[in-house]
Amino acid sequence: MRLYWKFFSIHLKSEMAYPASFFLSCAGRLLLTINALAGIGLMIWRFGAIGDYTAGEVLLGFGVVMTAFNIAECFARGFDVFSKIVREGTFDRLVVRPRGLVFQVICQDMRMASLPNIVLGSLVILYGARASGIAWTVPKALVLLSMVACGSLLFFGVFLVYAALCFFTMEGLEFINIFTDGIRTFSQFPFDIYGKGVLFFTTAVMPMAMVQYWPLQYLMGKGRAIYGMFPVLSLWFLIPCWLAWRLGIRHYASAGS
Amino acid sequence: MRQYTSFFRIHFLAGLQYRAAAFAGFFTQLFWGLMEVLLFRAFYRYAPERLPMDMQALSSYIWIQQGTLSIWNLFGWERELFQAVQTGSVAYELTRPTDLYAMWSARGLAGRLSKTMTRIIPVLVVSSLLPAPYGLRLTISFPVFLAFLFSMALTLWLCVAMCMLCYSLTFYMTDYRGIFTFVPAVAELLSGDLLPLPFFPPVLRKIAELSPFGSLQNVPLRIFGGDIGGVGILRAVGLQVFWCLCVTALGYALMNRGLRRAVIAGG
Repeated sequence: MRLYWKFFSIHLKSEMAYPASFFLSCAGRLLLTINALAGIGLMIWRFGAIGDYTAGEVLLGFGVVMTAFNIAECFARGFDVFSKIVREGTFDRLVVRPRGLVFQVICQDMRMASLPNIVLGSLVILYGARASGIAWTVPKALVLLSMVACGSLLFFGVFLVYAALCFFTMEGLEFINIFTDGIRTFSQFPFDIYGKGVLFFTTAVMPMAMVQYWPLQYLMGKGRAIYGMFPVLSLWFLIPCWLAWRLGIRHYASAGS
Repeated sequence: MRQYTSFFRIHFLAGLQYRAAAFAGFFTQLFWGLMEVLLFRAFYRYAPERLPMDMQALSSYIWIQQGTLSIWNLFGWERELFQAVQTGSVAYELTRPTDLYAMWSARGLAGRLSKTMTRIIPVLVVSSLLPAPYGLRLTISFPVFLAFLFSMALTLWLCVAMCMLCYSLTFYMTDYRGIFTFVPAVAELLSGDLLPLPFFPPVLRKIAELSPFGSLQNVPLRIFGGDIGGVGILRAVGLQVFWCLCVTALGYALMNRGLRRAVIAGG
């Protein structure tokens, strides 16, 4: 853990070396989130409420997935640039070091420009939590926390699969964006807005609705208490992700000399 | 001139090579389009009278938007060119007896066109098979279609010119990543990528439409959907031409000034 913070501060310092550019990156990433918020705002402005949801409830759901995504992106960014690591043979160096591979990949790169987004996301959650008029209790607060934590673990799992695929294709595959940027973009609204098919997909295949739609029903007092457990249950998703990663490593043949 | 066309051909063909990437891109675009249509369908069912565009026009907007992603996507620039400026390898390019601006523009055009070629047909075919208000609008008059094509060509030009302007700006900065994230983020909102511009409140909509970003995908997509028609087409296309000329001139001037000042270290 100490080693991790060491890496963390190194990355932070190296990005701060070009302060102007760093702040512009932060502003750019913040702007993307603000755009998404503006999108929600414009739709609410035009339509009043959205289906069965009030503005606060929509924002709560959006804030959770957004924060989760940015946490995952900030810390697991190493997997995002993984195709480069494999192609350039840098992975060889990782294999020979006496530390866990996942740990090392995580330490390779971090995206500090996501930090302001995490703050903004938390603010959105707080605002949504107040505006939705939910009567907060300790179990409900815990469910909310588990939504964010499990959500970022799910995204982490997707990154892991993405990296595992790089062992086979050498090139990042664009369609994985469906599971990262796509899920993040479309989580602007609770997943049932898109119809039953999408809700089923995001529950059973890529269980993002298990950290957003279902527990949200519990928080709003519309669903059964078991829905509050769904974020934790969704973590089954990490098992196939981990297996894919193991398979990828076994398939790895060095490119270097 | 011949050197530029052959450079264009090389990059065009190179872009067609990656079939797996094209296939993956096709699925991504299809998924994206489908999700957007589903989203707007929910609003359409909820309160159809509050939708500022006809559902059919909106669906056409979304499908053509997905099919032509590579034409207007400001995120789609080439990292290599930024890095060429940053690392100084741009010096190699300068030893060639060609104009850098034209060369890189040809490269941008080629890359974007070849990516579009591999995607647009399947996306349009699938979307035209969808049921009525959610698929692609197929009844379009020939003059409007020509106006659409012309406007889309201007979009491509403007997008390449904007990218060139950003590459040029790198000559004046030490790190490119800032521009790399900031400009597309602004464009995402103002170009109608996130939400078609008619959804905006009046003042914001006016600002977005007049800004250079509003002359990107916004114009051809809305011409196709029938949302911009008649004299509106002339006005919108005129504005597109204006921005194309301005951005190209500015980018060209900045690049040449940057090249004159640039000091390349190393031997």
